[in-house]
Parts: sequence; structure tokens; C-alpha cells
Amino acid sequence: MSGRIAAYRSAPYARPMSVRRVMGTETEFGITVAGSPTANPMVASSRVVNAYAASSHRARRARWDFEEETPLRDARGFEMSRQVADLSQLTDEDLGLANVILTNGARLYVDHAHPEYSTPEVTTPRDIVVWDKAGELVAYDACRFAATTPDPDITLYKNNTDNKGASYGSHENYLMRRSTPFADIVKHVTPFFVSRQVVCGAGRVGIGQDGRGHGFQLSQRADFFEVEVGLETTLKRPIINTRDEPHADPAKYRRLHVIIGDANLAEVSTYLKVGTTALVLAMVEDRFLTRDLSVRKPVQSLHEVSHDPSLGHLLELADGRTLSAVQLQWEYFHAARAYVDQRLGADADEQTLDVLARWESVLTRLERDPMECASELDWVAKLKLLEQYRQRDGLEWSNAKLALIDLQYSSLRPERSLYQRLVRAGRIERLVGDDEVTAAMHEPPTDTRAYFRGRCLDKYAEQVAAASWDSVIFDLPGHESLQRIPTLDPLRGSRAHVGDLIDASPDALSLYGALTR
Amino acid sequence: MAQEQKQPRRSTEDEEPVDAGPAPEGAATERKERLDDDIDSILDEIDDVLETNAEDFVKSFIQKGGQ
Repeated sequence: MSGRIAAYRSAPYARPMSVRRVMGTETEFGITVAGSPTANPMVASSRVVNAYAASSHRARRARWDFEEETPLRDARGFEMSRQVADLSQLTDEDLGLANVILTNGARLYVDHAHPEYSTPEVTTPRDIVVWDKAGELVAYDACRFAATTPDPDITLYKNNTDNKGASYGSHENYLMRRSTPFADIVKHVTPFFVSRQVVCGAGRVGIGQDGRGHGFQLSQRADFFEVEVGLETTLKRPIINTRDEPHADPAKYRRLHVIIGDANLAEVSTYLKVGTTALVLAMVEDRFLTRDLSVRKPVQSLHEVSHDPSLGHLLELADGRTLSAVQLQWEYFHAARAYVDQRLGADADEQTLDVLARWESVLTRLERDPMECASELDWVAKLKLLEQYRQRDGLEWSNAKLALIDLQYSSLRPERSLYQRLVRAGRIERLVGDDEVTAAMHEPPTDTRAYFRGRCLDKYAEQVAAASWDSVIFDLPGHESLQRIPTLDPLRGSRAHVGDLIDASPDALSLYGALTR
Repeated sequence: MAQEQKQPRRSTEDEEPVDAGPAPEGAATERKERLDDDIDSILDEIDDVLETNAEDFVKSFIQKGGQ
């Protein structure tokens, strides 16, 4: 059918030599119900998601379309059998859990026992920040709508652990060329992931999965990673996840599903996390990285880097060198700058240059004195606050107050969030405006298929029966069966392609007619 | 326009007592005190929003594992 959809013309691949790329993030929020610590988190999560869905006053609610989901396909070239998979890996089964597709192209749903927000597909790190931040507002609104009292009983946290052994994820997704050998990704990206926590760690009070060790570490997630490469996401978590579910033409694309990042509040942390990773992936795709930066014992090294906020820990490289994590980041930075200079030169776009400049500036200051990054990076902002408390009140790392500060830093309630307090006191740098974040709660990005999905859900809500990353399914008058519009190319369905068509189509039937003419 | 010109002048005025002050350490101490005040003000503000029983609150934050 897609061949007949004339209006769906092909878009040029986003400039792969830059920070530009089709990407998105997913955040699983921690959840508590005031006064009932034993409340069923699945029920509470469903309440939140359903309340948000109900608030949009749509007569009809589109289902999620699971047809193209293949969570057990492994990037190394095989598929896990459903019988041996852990139940939690079967993310393509519709368990009847709450699930809503938003007019901004995002998905808000219940994953395991957490509400989860997946951003729409965007093409720049800055847009990740905008739609990721919009997700925080959506999640908070959902709590407000779910409340039966003026003071919401449900609170969500944008963190990754309860410090009692449980972790929940914040993932990044990057569309990559299928032709890139997966082994190249593993080789070049693993050392990058071991070291990037010095930039994008969210900071954590507690050492070890159950947080029983006293002290501060760079990352919320590091201690929960146990293997180098694998398909799992809920147990034996791997540094490189091999889920091969591109939500796009699998002959052309793969999706790198990154499960190792922390949930960030600071906009610069998020921006650099995604921007620097996009640059590294561009270099891997272009085979620009020739030097082997492999780290010995990467899993153990990941933990050791996280456990040393002085940033002095030395990593052993396979080539015999010993480098700190910041020095290893410098290796990637210098390669990236040379790459952008050589491939783009004067044509380099503003955001790519900005990511490089900020990356360089942050690494320079981390080396001099990490505290100089307290207004930009989550882990430093959090550590500074903790150290001030320790100094003023003489607190040991075992003091529960410090664990509380760690937790409350990530609260999504504006009046309880310590991150928000720091922002309001002018101590955290912002990259995006409140207005654009608020708008992004409802409006999709204009340059990916999320535009088509979001606009359809906004304008033709009554006729959209289901949708997913790669389809919108209409229930049209005069058609017996549902009509599925595939959106397999993430760069088609942008405003440039379908904006006029949607504007000119008063109802879904006329849009469908125009698309399939 | 007039306001724009005012600011640099004010900052010069701020610096004057430092130059004319008794010793550079005096200025440094003053800066440090201002910094400490700054720290105290944000901590005071945060004291007000921290949950009252840290121990209980942290203990009751129990999550199920996710992805």
C-alpha cells in the first residue's frame, strides 16, 4: 500500500555527519502514592496514564498498534524464542495496560510498574531537550488529573533507582544505517559509554544496587549493569543493548537502543548526553574512528568510574595506556572535532558546533575542578548541594537526609523538586524556553513522521483507531475494514510533506483519499 | 538607554571600596561571606521543602524494577 501513497515522498537522510539524526528518549518514572507505600504501582501508574487520556476529552481513544514490534530480535542476527524470554521482555504483548498516544507524537503508557513517556521522533539534541522536558510536564499534569483531592496523592520521580535494589530505565534511541556492522558499534561505543557518565551522570547517594554502601557516585544506573552486550533490559543489563527493532525499514536502518543512560533533569546534561552520542555514532557509521579505545573489564570500569566523583580513577585501555574517564572523553572529543572539521568544515551547522564547544568547555572544567560545572551537569549540581548540607549540618554520607535530597532532586512536583528550586534560584542553566516546552506538550516536532501522527490524533481523533511509531490506523466511514497508513520512514510525514494536505483535509476520509489517490 | 549606562557605573562603584579598602584579604573574606550567605539562603529555602521525616520517607520509597 505504501507505494500508492503519493504524498509520502522520500526525505533526505538527516545529515549524518553532525549531531542531526532521528532519535528519541524514553523515561520510566518512579511512582509513590502518599500514605500507602504498599499501593500497587501498576494500578497507580494506570490511574495516572488514564487520567491524562481522559483529560483530552476525546470521544475515542486510539489503541497502540503492536504489529511491527519485535523486541526479541537481536542485532547480532538471531531472534530469541518467546519461550525462553523473561516475561518482562515481551513488550509487544498488549496486556491491556494503559496506553495513550499524544498529539505531540509521544507515547504515555504503563511499562511494567512505571508510567513511561517516550518522546516523539526528533532530529536534534535540542529538540530532545524540548520534548523530554515536555514529558515532565505531561507526567506532572497526569498526576494532577489523577488526583481526587487538590493535593495530588501520586508523585512521580525522574530518577532510576529506589536504592533498595530496583532500577528503572531512561533509554535513548538512535536511528542508524543498517550497513554499519554491529561489532563496530560495540567496539567504539562501549568505551564511550563507560566514560560519558562524567558528563551526563545524574548523581546518586548510595553505592551498590541496594545502595547499602555509603557515599556519592556519578551515576544512578551504573551499578545495575552486569554484562557487556545483550538483549535483556530488566535483568543482566548490558552496556550495549542488542534489541533490533528499528520501527523503520529494517533493510535500511537499525535502531541503537541505549539503556545505559541516567534520567537527567539538567538541560545541558540531556543535550550533551544525546549530542555527543550522536556525534560518536556518526563517526562509527563513517568508519572515522580508527584507534581502538577499548577499555579492559568494561563493566567493572563502569562501576569504578561512577564511584569516584574526584574523577581521578584511571582506566586501563587494551593498548596499555591508562586514562581517566575525562581523558577518554577527550579522545572522543578530539576525534569528533577533527571529523566535523574534515567532513563539514565551514558548512557545519550551528548545533553541531555548539555541542562541540560545550563538550570541550565541560571537559576542561571537569579536569580543573568539577564544581565549576554545578550550573550545567546534574551530578555536580546535586553533589554541590549535598556537600553544602554536609558542611553546614555535619552530616555523614549515611545520613538519611542526604538520601532524601537525592530523591527529592528528581521529584516532578514543582513545590518539592530540588532541581526546580535550583533553577528558580538561577543556579541551573536553561537551554530552552518555558513557552516552547509547554507548546511541545501538545504539538509535534515538524520534521519527522511524529508530525503526521500528532496532527492526525489532534485533528481526526474520532477516526484514528490505533497508531504506533510506524503506522496510523483509521476507522473510516464506508470502509468495512480498518485502513492502515504505514509510516515506516521516520523522515516522511513531516510538515513539509503532509502539512498542506492535513490542513486541506477536513476529515480523515478526505485525508485518506488524498494520500492514496 | 539611561538604564543601560547605569549598570556598569554601579559595578565600578561596587569595586571602589575594594580598591580603597584596608587589605585584599578583607575583600576576599567579604566575597566568601557573601558566598556563604548565598549557600545558606538556598539551603534555608530547601530546608522548607524537604519532607519532614527523612528516614521514613526514604525507607518507604520502594519501587518495582523496570527496564
